[in-house]
Formats: sequence, C-alpha cells, structure tokens
Amino acid sequence: MISIWTALLYIALAPLVGGLVAGIDRIVTARMQGRVGPPLLQPFYDVGKLFEKENLVVTASQNFYILSYLVFIVVSGALFFAGEDMLLIIFAFTLAHIFLVLGGYSSNSPYSFIGAERELIQIIAYEPMIILAAVGMYMVSGSFYVGAIASSQNPLILYLPGVFLGFLMVLTIKLRKSPFDLSTSHHAHQELVKGITTDFAGSNLAKIEIAHWYENVFLLGFIFLFFAFSIPIAIAAIILAYFVEILIDNTFSRVKWQFTLRSAWIIAGMLGLVNLAVLYYLSGGL
Amino acid sequence: MNYLTRSPWILHYDASSCNGCDIEVLACLSPLYDVERFGILNTGNPKHADVFVVTGGINEQNRDVIKNIYDQIPNPKVVVAVGICATSAGVFRECYNIEGGIDKIIPVDVYVPGCAARPESIIDGIVKALGILEGKREMMTGKGEKSVPARKEGA
Repeated sequence: MISIWTALLYIALAPLVGGLVAGIDRIVTARMQGRVGPPLLQPFYDVGKLFEKENLVVTASQNFYILSYLVFIVVSGALFFAGEDMLLIIFAFTLAHIFLVLGGYSSNSPYSFIGAERELIQIIAYEPMIILAAVGMYMVSGSFYVGAIASSQNPLILYLPGVFLGFLMVLTIKLRKSPFDLSTSHHAHQELVKGITTDFAGSNLAKIEIAHWYENVFLLGFIFLFFAFSIPIAIAAIILAYFVEILIDNTFSRVKWQFTLRSAWIIAGMLGLVNLAVLYYLSGGL
Repeated sequence: MNYLTRSPWILHYDASSCNGCDIEVLACLSPLYDVERFGILNTGNPKHADVFVVTGGINEQNRDVIKNIYDQIPNPKVVVAVGICATSAGVFRECYNIEGGIDKIIPVDVYVPGCAARPESIIDGIVKALGILEGKREMMTGKGEKSVPARKEGA
C-alpha cells in the first residue's frame, strides 16, 4: 500500500489538504472567539496574494535558505509517506528547520534574529520527544521503517499512551499554537514584530506558508501511525487531536521560552521515558 | 486572479492620535464587526502589509517614522488616513508642532474623516482602498488598462 505513489500523492495533495486544514482552523478559532471568521479558502487567497506582491529581499541568501526550507520539508514528508526510515525522516525534518533558522539569521533585523534563536530553542524542546516517539514505535513494531510500522497489526496507542500524550504536547510547539508560539509571534502581534518571518515578504513568505502546510500534513500523518491498525479510528483521532490543539491555542496565554523548554523536556521525560521503560520491562528486556 | 483584494493585511500606525481612532480601528477586529470575514488581518510588520492605516497628524517626532514604514511596505500598497487629524490635522492644524495631515509626507489614497471615525466608515474606507490596490497591481504588472481612481481630496 505504501510506496512511491503515496509519496507523489503527498507532494501533489499536501498543500491542498494543509491549506484546507488551515482554513478550517481559522474558522473554528473564530467561532471559539464568537466571530464569523474568514472563508474556508482564505489561506489560499493569502498565499496567492503573497505571490502577487513585490518580493522584497533584504539579503540575497534569504532566497536560497527559504527554498531549501521548503524543499527539505517536502523531502522529509515524501520520505515519510514513501514508508522510509523514521530516523532519516526526523533528521531531514530538523535540517529543514535549520535552514529556516539560517534564513532568520541572514537578515540584520534584531527581531528576526531573536525569532531565529527562539526557533532554535523550540527545536531543542521538541526534538527529544519526536526521537522518543520513533524509538517507541521501533520497540513495538520492531522496525524504524514507516512502512513496517504502518502495516504492523499491533495497536501502537495501547503500548505507547505516554509517548502519544508527549507527542501531542510537542505538536503544540510544531503547529505554532498559542502557549508555545514563541518564534513567529503568530498571534501575539508586535511582540517581536513577526519573529523569524519579520524580514520575509512576498513570495518568500508564501513559501514559508506552503512549507508549513506540508509540515502539518506530515505531523498529522505521524498521529496516524499510532492508530494505523484501524483507519476510521485513526481519522477520528487526527480530527480530535487537531481540535484539542485549537482549543489549547484559544484558552492558554503564551509562556516564556524557559517554561517551554522545561515543560517539553519534563513531559518527554515523564511520559515518554517512563512509557518506554515500562515497555522495555514488560517485553522481558531485563 | 485578484487575490490581493481578498486578503488585505493591515498595518496600523498611531501617529499623534489621541487613541480615539485607534480604539475604533481595533473595534473593527472585534466580534461585532469582525473584518477577518473579508480576509483582513492586522499585522505588526510593514513587510507583510498591504494597507497602511494611519491615525493622527504629522509632528516632528513621527515624520521620519511614517516615511520609513511606508518605504518598507512592498508594492502594491495603499494608504488610508483615518480620522480628521490624519486627513487634515483637524483642530490641531495651527499648533506649532503639527505639520498637517498624513498627505504632507506620503501619498494618501483614501481619507476617512471623523472624530473619532466610526468602525463602519473605517471598514468602508478600507474596502474603497481595495479597489485602488487592485488598480495599482494592474499598473505594476503592466497589463491593466483600467485607470486608477482619482484621489478625492477630503472626501
């Protein structure tokens, strides 16, 4: 089932799905705030508009970094949907974000600079949990290959409930949702102007947005792996998880980076490591 | 396609306003008026903005700031002067430190008078500005025959 075709399908359809998810996200957020909200296709209008605008470039190297960011996000997502090695996917994914950070550093704006440093802190915060999730999936299914994990008949969620909750926690960081929305100031206007995206305009900003759509679809695919034994349950779980993220986004005020880093690591340690230790013990490891 | 008029992002700058107009600008974002229905977002970054909304008149302190912000907005862009102080400096016109309305420094496309300007008239002004924005885009890409609507002084 999982092959090169699903990867091609991902490359072709992920922007469509990601954009629609972003549109639904904005409508649900507006309804939670007692507003009507934008049309469903609003994210597509935004990106279309950004391509119509003048591409204001501060330093020429920006173009290279942002293109690399988009390409490596697409590569890591495509590897995931092709059923490749999970570790390779995670590190390609990290590399993509390093390109975004370099893009933020390459301009001389202090806001962009602080945004880039916060993005690095976010990477440090979520990376251990994502690796623990990969290790947990290996322990249950016996393989690091996404194809083997997805076709494994073991219900991963029953073996890895702690890892799943920890993954939901870092998903909040990855989706740039409120309590941990530090680097882009997506909702908190003017705190850091726009953080890491301050010095990107026009088509470069549109590329960042499209990369974010690809990234979101990849992360939702990651949730799917926990429930891969039954597709209806997996789809329900993805919808529920995303709804919970929107709810968290609208109910929590933002926190400082120290709290983000500490809480992400404590939760990764408490839920992730303990879960893996129990699993190791039960499987007769000792 | 004209995506531009479906997704105008606003940059709001308080020149030397008394905060009356600023509160009305922010009221447009509230659940009652909810301008996000039209895809209008309030952004804090000139490099992401399409519509520059200025309240208050020009004085010595903010003259360079307004010019600087205007230059940082990528083309095509429009300027909306909100409130009587931004359109002509209003009752402060004769003050020693006031230079006049925003159009002394940067070209203004739409004037929204009022003290304070009502949210309805601000939304109306921004929607009028979108037509001008589309005309500017067609001028920029060089394929538009459509003429840019003439500026109306103090309308």
